[in-house]
This record gives sequence, structure tokens and C-alpha cells, in this order.
Amino acid sequence: MDLSAISPTLLLASLMVAATPILLAALGELIVEKSGVLNLGVEGMMITGAICGFAIAVETGSPVVGFIAAAAGGAVLSLIFGFLTQYLLSNQVATGLALTLFGLGLSSLMGQSYVGIRPPAIEKLNLGPLADIPLLGPVLFNHDLMVYLTLALCVGIWATLKFTRAGLILRAVGENHDAAHALGYKVVKVRLLAIMFGGACAGLGGAYLSLIRVPQWTEGMTAGAGWIALAIVVFASWRPLRVLLGAYLFGGVTVLQLNLQAAGLAIPVEYLSMSPYLITIVVLVIMSAPRKGGKSRASLAAPACLGRAFHASQ
Amino acid sequence: MKRRTILAGAVAALALTTTAFAEDKTKVGFVYVGPVGDGGWTTEHNNGRLAVEEHFGDKVETIFQEKVPEGADAERVLTQMALSGADLIFTTSFGYMDPTLNVAKKFPDVKFAHATGFKRSDNVATYSARFYEGRAVIGHIAGNMTKTNKVGYIASFPIPEVIRGINSAYIHAKKVNPDVEFNVVWIFTWEDAAKEADAAQALIDQGVDVLMQHTDTTAPMLRAEASGVHAFGQASDMKVAGPTAQLTSIIDDWAPYYIAQTQAVMDGTWQSTDTWDGIKEGMVDFAEFSDAIPQDVRDEANKMIEDIKSGAYKPFTGPLKKQDGSDWLAEGETADDGTLAGMNFYVEGLTGDIPN
Repeated sequence: MDLSAISPTLLLASLMVAATPILLAALGELIVEKSGVLNLGVEGMMITGAICGFAIAVETGSPVVGFIAAAAGGAVLSLIFGFLTQYLLSNQVATGLALTLFGLGLSSLMGQSYVGIRPPAIEKLNLGPLADIPLLGPVLFNHDLMVYLTLALCVGIWATLKFTRAGLILRAVGENHDAAHALGYKVVKVRLLAIMFGGACAGLGGAYLSLIRVPQWTEGMTAGAGWIALAIVVFASWRPLRVLLGAYLFGGVTVLQLNLQAAGLAIPVEYLSMSPYLITIVVLVIMSAPRKGGKSRASLAAPACLGRAFHASQ
Repeated sequence: MKRRTILAGAVAALALTTTAFAEDKTKVGFVYVGPVGDGGWTTEHNNGRLAVEEHFGDKVETIFQEKVPEGADAERVLTQMALSGADLIFTTSFGYMDPTLNVAKKFPDVKFAHATGFKRSDNVATYSARFYEGRAVIGHIAGNMTKTNKVGYIASFPIPEVIRGINSAYIHAKKVNPDVEFNVVWIFTWEDAAKEADAAQALIDQGVDVLMQHTDTTAPMLRAEASGVHAFGQASDMKVAGPTAQLTSIIDDWAPYYIAQTQAVMDGTWQSTDTWDGIKEGMVDFAEFSDAIPQDVRDEANKMIEDIKSGAYKPFTGPLKKQDGSDWLAEGETADDGTLAGMNFYVEGLTGDIPN
């Protein structure tokens, strides 16, 4: 065993990269759920974003256009969910699951001619002297643009939900859609916008995988990241900054277990491999355990109208 | 009532035409663990399938199913294939072993061939390639090429086939470079691009400058290319993914085996056999050696390939000890196939434990 082989700075740096796709998807889902909609189709929207972004980046040669296409692809797919659940009032859980299955199939169809191709390379952002700061430099200032945009998005969502009128309306719609409707807010419109935002974020997360982290296209490459993102939203009790924490924790354990193995640590690999999922389950159990008054943390923190269909006639 | 009769008639007619159609052709099914475009393991099996089609033309019809999970799902897919009239089915991953045997029991007239497994029955044959012969050659190259004396190895599942590869590569790297260290990372999947990429990155971060993989996608090769280290491709030529990173690839060529098996089924001479072919038979081959490999190393590697081909050299030749220091092979002694097939120990010098 040679733990000195693990460089903490490189570990933290790769943690940030590993966490970015789930962070993006989880932030999107947070907004969706804050508006009172439960979209279980994150995995499907991520993988669709991954192939849309990859295909367009390859065709145009521009990763930036690729990311825009990924966001658009995810948003368009989420609109199917939005139409079904908001206008036809279909069951959100069933529709979300169907969206995941549809996204997985659609993406492998779209990706047929893109296997084995390398996408245009994305340079790391050159932050000049900042990157040379000992310790902090390699950890914080040696990444691609998407990592910083994701962090900015996280803070932006926090500020929007807490300080702005738009954030207040979104929360009102999620907490009590009847009251929001009585006040004259367009519940369905707000929710559709939130669903599209969620789809766009999930798409970006998928494209981060296929364009930067791997970078290549393989079928089913998200490999369950969308489900982790869903769990992280609950884990974070619907708070953006805790979503950041959850994503980094998950990304951190994933990267750490690979590094510990590479360094030859004698902990059985099985435990290391399952540890990220185990931690997620433990936190979800704690969140769901009833507290005084018979309600769990999760049900107290969750938007009150989460998963409930709304129609103006009701 | 009327509509139902018409429907039933149509179904019967359809069934008739398909049986008549199927009688002329031998139907060969393939079950893949990954997508045909993984650029590695499954791509090569699919190339074998295409070779069968090309060889037999109209006399054969092939069907395949990609991304079949190892386990209960495989049984469903195999049953479906057998019901659809397949005469011969190739199951191309270790995890299909028990599902293959279970389904084979139900369809005694259908022939099955399972890759890399060790359980046979009257209508289940097994086949595998001596990948470890290829690993010996790339181990030799790796030992010469590493400057940090650290070779990274991305391993899938702790099964004999994978352990054999690690041992073989290590023995031959150690022979030319006594200071060499192998860092093995087990990721417990054959095919998960993100995980393979993360594992490669973790190894590179820890100073590994030559990567080997026993997983199916090109993700590790892409990471090696991005980080400026060298890597060996697995199962298929991965030069597209790593034009400068790739030193060479071990290529699995299944086409001759698939063609021979299909021919045997056509002739009615098919028998349950155990095939384990290597460099000599052409089942294990190499991609072009990179220019980055010095000429003398290249010559030595070519010499080793020739010697393995002629039978003059066997990769597991004593003196060799097991990891715990106990004797395994005496001077000049070679390992028999039975030991190799069930190998579940590291050789002396490798660090870390094999997970259960």
C-alpha cells in the first residue's frame, strides 16, 4: 500500500470533474421539483443530451454549439413529459419512467453512426497566474469552462430561489398550486418552463460526459447517473447548496475508491464500489425517518404539491 | 368472429412462410454484452458474425442482440432466440455461462457455444482465446516502455481469464524491468465508459505511464491520449481512440471459429468441444506496433510472438512462485491448461488482493 501516491490536489480536481454531470442534472431536477413536478426521466434526458451534444459537436466541430444542442435536446425531450403531465394530466411517475426508457432507446438510435468517433477537444480554461497558486491552483483553477458555469449555476439558482420574485412564484406554485392559481399565476406555464429548464440542465450534464469526461459516445453511457441525481435532490432536502455538497460527496467517493485501489489499499473492493450508493441509501433513510409529529424530514422539506396534477377546474 | 378468423389465417400463413424460409438457411444467433460499436470486445465478435455472413452468403441468416445483461435477462433473450428458430447460438460473455446451460437444456436441438466459460453439456460447447499469450507480449513491451516503473491495469471481474492476463503481463514486464510495479483497479463491469475513464484518470494521476485494460470500451485509451501516456488496446485495434497513445492492441479474431462452427452445424457434424486457441491459430493477433517502441524491443516482441507460435515458448514457464511465496512452477516446468483455466492467485511480486 502506498497512500502517498495519492495526490490530494489531483484527487480534489478529478472529484470536481466527476461530480459535474450529476450536479448539473440534480440542479435541473431541483427546479422541476420546486415547481411541484416529479420528473423521473432525468436519465433519459441526460443520455439524449449526451448524444445530441456529441453529434452536433462532431458535425460542427464546435463543443460550444454541441453543449447548446445538448441543452436544446434535453429540453425538447422534457417537453414531451411536460405536455403529457401538464395538459393531459398523466401520472408523473409513470410518464417520467417512460421518458427514461424512451430517451435510452432514442439515444442509441441517434448514436448509431457516432460510435468510435472522437469529439473535438476542449481546452482547459487558461486562468494564467491563478493556476500556479500552490494547492489551490490545480484544484480550483485548472478546469474547463463547464465546471465553473455549473458552480455559477448552483449559486445562481440559490440566489434566484431565495431573493427574487421569480423564485418566490416558482416556490408558491410548488407549495400550493391552488393558491398560486387563485393569485393569478399561470401554474401550468410556470411548471412547463421549470420542466424545460430541468431537461436542459440534464442534457448539459449528459453532454459533459460524452464531450469532456470520457470523451466518446457509447450507448447507455450515463449508466445510472440520472438516478443518482434524483436521489441527490432528496438528499439535499431541495436546497441548491446542499445539492452541490451531495454531488461532490458522491463524486468524491467514486473517485476516491478508484484512487485507493490504484494505491493498493487492502479494503475489499466490493465495499469501496458500493460505498457511494450505500451512503445515498443511508442518507435517504435518515431523511425519510419520522420525526416528532410523525412527519419525516423529507416530507417536511419537500414541496407540498410535489407530484400532484393541477387543473384549473379542480 | 370473422375478423378473428382472418387474423388466425394470416398468422398461420406467416408461420408457414417463415418455417419454409428458415428451412433453407442456417440461422446463427449472437448474444453480445456490449453495443456492437464499443470499439473493443463486442465489435470483434460482431466482425466474426459479419465474416460468417460473408463466407456463407445466402445459406446463412444471422441474428444478434446487443447489450444483454449477464443474468436472468440473458435467459429470456436466449429463449427468444431459440424459439425464433436459431440453429446455433454464440453467447459471448463469461456471465452468460449458467443462462446458456439452462436454456440449452430446454432446447436440445439447438447448439450453443459459450465464450470464455468452463461448463459444457451435450449441446453447449465452449471457446476462448489464449489472451494471456498476447498479454505476455504487451507485458514485455510495457516493462521496457515505462519510465515511472508503474503500469496501470484496469480490470473488470476477478475471474480466471482476467487474473491470468494480469499475471502473464506482470511476469514478462518484471523480466525486463525488475523495478516494475502493477497498479490494478477492479471496476466490476465490462462496459461503463465513465467508470473506465475515471479509473484510467486515477491511475494516471498516481504516476502510471503505461495503461492496460481488460474492459471493453475505448475510454481508457482516450484518457491516455488526453494525458500523454501510453496504453495498450484491448480486443480490437483502438488506434482511432489513441493515435499516439496506443503501443499496440491485442486483437481477438473470432471469424475462423465462427465459420467452422457454422459449417459443422450445416454438415450435421457439430459436437460439444472445448476450443482454446491462441497466437498460433490466429485467434489472438496484434495491431501494428507503434513507432514509439524502440526497434530492439520490437524485435524481441516479434521473437516472442514467433516462439509462442512455434510452441518453443510458453508464457507460464517456471521458476514461478505464487504471491504468498509458495512454489508454483519449478525451473522449466510449464503450467497445464487445467491450472490456467482455473487460475485464482497472483504470482509473486504483485501487490494487493484479488477481490472475491
